[in-house]
Amino acid sequence: MSLRLILDLIARLALWLLLAPLLPGIINKVKAWVAGRRGPPVLQLYYDLARLWQKHAVLSTLASPGFVIGPAVAWVALAGAALLMPLGPAGSALSFRGDMLLLIYLLALARFCTAWAAMETGSAFEGMGAAREVSFAVLAEATLITALLALCVQTESTSLVTMLAPAAGAGAVLLAAGLFTVLLAENCRVPFDDPNTHLELTMIHEAMVLDHSGPPLAVILHGAALKLLLFSLFLTEAVLPLGQLSTLAATGALVGGVLAVTVGVGLVESLLARLAFRRVPLLLTTAFLLCLFALLMAWKGGAE
Amino acid sequence: MKELLLILVPLAGAALAAAWPNNRTRPWLLPAVCAGHVGLSFWLLVAPPAVAPNAWFAFDPLARAVLPAVSLLFLVCGAYGVAYLRLRSERPNRVFVASLLAVLGLISAGHMARHLGLLWIATEGVTLAAVPLLHFNGTPRAFEATWKYLLVGGTGIALSLLGSFCLGYASLHGGGGGDLTFSALTAQGLHLSQPWVKTAWVLLLIGYGTKMGLAPMHTWKPDAYGEAPGIVGAILAGGVTTVAFTAILRVRGVVTAAGLGPIADRTLLAIGLFSMLVAALMLLGTRDFKRMLAYSSVEHMGILCIGAALGRAGLWAALFHVWSNCLTKGSLFMSAGNLRRAAGGRTMDEVRGMAVLAPRSAALFVAGMFAVTACPPFGPFFSELRIVRAAFETGHSGAMALFLFCLLLAFFGLTRLVFAIVDGRPRQAARAVRRQFPETLGIILPPLVLLGFSLWLGLHPPEVLQNAWTAVADQFIPLP
Amino acid sequence: MSEYINLLIGIAMGLNLLALGSSRLPTLIMAVALQGMALGLMPLLMETEADWRLVLVALATVAGKGLLIPTLLRKAMRAAHIDREVEPFIGFVPSLLLGAGGTIAAVALARSLPLLPEHSGSLLVPGSLASVFTGFVLLIGRAKAISQVCGYLILENGIYLFGLLLIHYTPLMVEAGILLDVTVGVFIIGIIVDRIQRAFDSLDTRKLTALRE
Repeated sequence: MSLRLILDLIARLALWLLLAPLLPGIINKVKAWVAGRRGPPVLQLYYDLARLWQKHAVLSTLASPGFVIGPAVAWVALAGAALLMPLGPAGSALSFRGDMLLLIYLLALARFCTAWAAMETGSAFEGMGAAREVSFAVLAEATLITALLALCVQTESTSLVTMLAPAAGAGAVLLAAGLFTVLLAENCRVPFDDPNTHLELTMIHEAMVLDHSGPPLAVILHGAALKLLLFSLFLTEAVLPLGQLSTLAATGALVGGVLAVTVGVGLVESLLARLAFRRVPLLLTTAFLLCLFALLMAWKGGAE
Repeated sequence: MKELLLILVPLAGAALAAAWPNNRTRPWLLPAVCAGHVGLSFWLLVAPPAVAPNAWFAFDPLARAVLPAVSLLFLVCGAYGVAYLRLRSERPNRVFVASLLAVLGLISAGHMARHLGLLWIATEGVTLAAVPLLHFNGTPRAFEATWKYLLVGGTGIALSLLGSFCLGYASLHGGGGGDLTFSALTAQGLHLSQPWVKTAWVLLLIGYGTKMGLAPMHTWKPDAYGEAPGIVGAILAGGVTTVAFTAILRVRGVVTAAGLGPIADRTLLAIGLFSMLVAALMLLGTRDFKRMLAYSSVEHMGILCIGAALGRAGLWAALFHVWSNCLTKGSLFMSAGNLRRAAGGRTMDEVRGMAVLAPRSAALFVAGMFAVTACPPFGPFFSELRIVRAAFETGHSGAMALFLFCLLLAFFGLTRLVFAIVDGRPRQAARAVRRQFPETLGIILPPLVLLGFSLWLGLHPPEVLQNAWTAVADQFIPLP
Repeated sequence: MSEYINLLIGIAMGLNLLALGSSRLPTLIMAVALQGMALGLMPLLMETEADWRLVLVALATVAGKGLLIPTLLRKAMRAAHIDREVEPFIGFVPSLLLGAGGTIAAVALARSLPLLPEHSGSLLVPGSLASVFTGFVLLIGRAKAISQVCGYLILENGIYLFGLLLIHYTPLMVEAGILLDVTVGVFIIGIIVDRIQRAFDSLDTRKLTALRE
């Protein structure tokens, strides 16, 4: 029994790790397509990761071991969070009551470690990037927690498997809009952050990883891809009633949903401009309110 | 049906004024129409018509007890308006005259409205029709005042609409058939849904209280009274505010019938005392004698609310005070307008020695000041005395202590400012001012007449008026 | 039937938040216009058989609140050459949070008031109170005259929403009178806005500070 569990876990982990870098590739392809370019191949991130992995890391003499440990811990935390997520019809390998709390904490741990590693360099840019990242995260996390609470109230459960099986009910539209905004913010996409920017002053996430190189950078990039996949999956499962579909339909819906979210991110990135920093809190507050109203609707719906 | 003429005659007069071609003769429409209105309303006062219980407009006891005062005020203001508009002959007065007459018609409609929705429509109409009056002077400051009046007044009137809907829903929830006349609502009595009645009372008190200028919703008042011509101030303080007061009285009747009378009385007493206190404190601080009149008006609105909260005798005294306030305040506004024109300024820093520059107006102003601060033997003294007596009879001695203290503060504030501008050596050459702004009979007689009425009311309130006030008290608080 | 009305009210409540959060005047005006149209359609949904007078009032509301008034506001905005940023006294995030808090309070308050059986489960009362509250926040928290007018319109929309509870019972004449008053009120506001613009060369109400103690 335990052997099967271990095999299951390994298979899931492999699936997550292998599929995750596909998403940024798709986004870039969509952006290139909208702009009328050919764009980099979909598998570009795989090549980049392989290349980075073979390089040496350049370490600052000032940096403590945290500079390397940070990305590693963040990556492990994200992989762990990924394993907690149920995969539609395949369910979850690790499921227990309250695992949504662990998910929130693992995501927070990953962010903490990335920020920590950034601060280790002692560079002003990294510090600035870390400060921006965590200040936006305060709002984004509140939104995510509210969304999870809404799902909890809706399904009267605190386990991700049962929470994500049915549709989100009346508040689904609100929840979808809120979670999509959180996805954009958490993964540092336009309109919160521009992953392609080359000006340090305007960066958020990118500014934090300026001094990383070689394998640590590869781990950071892969972790970011994992996080993107995790959020798209979460959004899809929260909104679609996967638990009520047959296995085949559910798999199809899941894959289709994740793809749709990814393409959506690409379209948003091509069509919208980045927001001014002072406008970001407004957008995140809006997302928070959307999720809050979804929570209220779940509550009111439950009371009647 | 005669009573409908009270609404239709001024409105027809307004239409006529809008069509009247001559700028010089048009102002004569004001006293002409108002004289007709006064004749009609006093005839109805002496010989009250029968009131159909479900009529939407009627000359019922409340309208009978209040409307003639407004009518009289308008007549005197109209007479003053002829002289005033001759002085301001450089400005076209078509809109001014038409709006003034429309305001009179709509005020009559508001006083006689016995239907919740119509009462609101009339009050909103008065608010909107008064807008052109406020910015007659056309200065940037006048527009600023108008904008604030529109925003604050509009919001208040919107809240009173919401309150009217709540009261309507209270009736509906209690099984009413959607008849929103006050008599039908009162007849429903205890069947009205109490939570909705409470909500409605709060909203209507805030809404119509804004129109009345009760603190803390009084903020539009100093600006509007300060920037508008004197007669407009008189009409707003003596006429428009009374519509809101009768509206509150009518609603209070319904609330009392629903068994929430004590709550209504407490809130009225509290908001009245608060208005008096705010007004008294502002009176101590203001340096502008037109804004001073606005705060004095806030104070008197507070007195009306306090009177209405003190049972039968208090209500009677409040109606008495409506009359004495209406007439005294009208006189004060007109003499203040005279002083303002002669002095060319409005604050005690710019103006002094008015006793030399405009002796008759200054004398009237001082007399009016004594009248309005409730010095005997003018009307306000006697009406406020009755309120004090009603309060001690009903055991509100603490509230009365505050009441008298506020009156004292207000007296200090008013005398300080009034004597600062009346006394002293004038800044301008007296002869030039007297030649430029002669104190003609047209601008002296109207405030004098109003002050005379106030004096008469204080010394000997006519029997028929006392009967009219008693009829209202009978209607709202029947003798046990 | 009731679901459609609740959906429309939900949209109106969402537009409240959009109005609170929008930083540009055209967006604000659009939110007000859409809300007016959504509200104008509601009487048609509430009535089972179409009465021509009701249709007339509904059409007048849609035309007035949804088309006429927003067009006037846009025209005023363009004529006055005011720049399109909404300048807040109360920042966008605080106003949004206030609006959301107000909405929640409205829902809570509406629950404590008894409703007739045919209105239970309807969002009319919370939607109305939330709009009134939103209107207040905009009236207090915005510097430009036009944004204040938008706030006033949202406040009026909230009251209109409440009036729908009584639509079967009040005489149509009263409703029409109310609509007329509101329209005239906005016209007068428009004229005054125009005069203020001419007198002050600006529609920023922060310049209206000559009158104070």
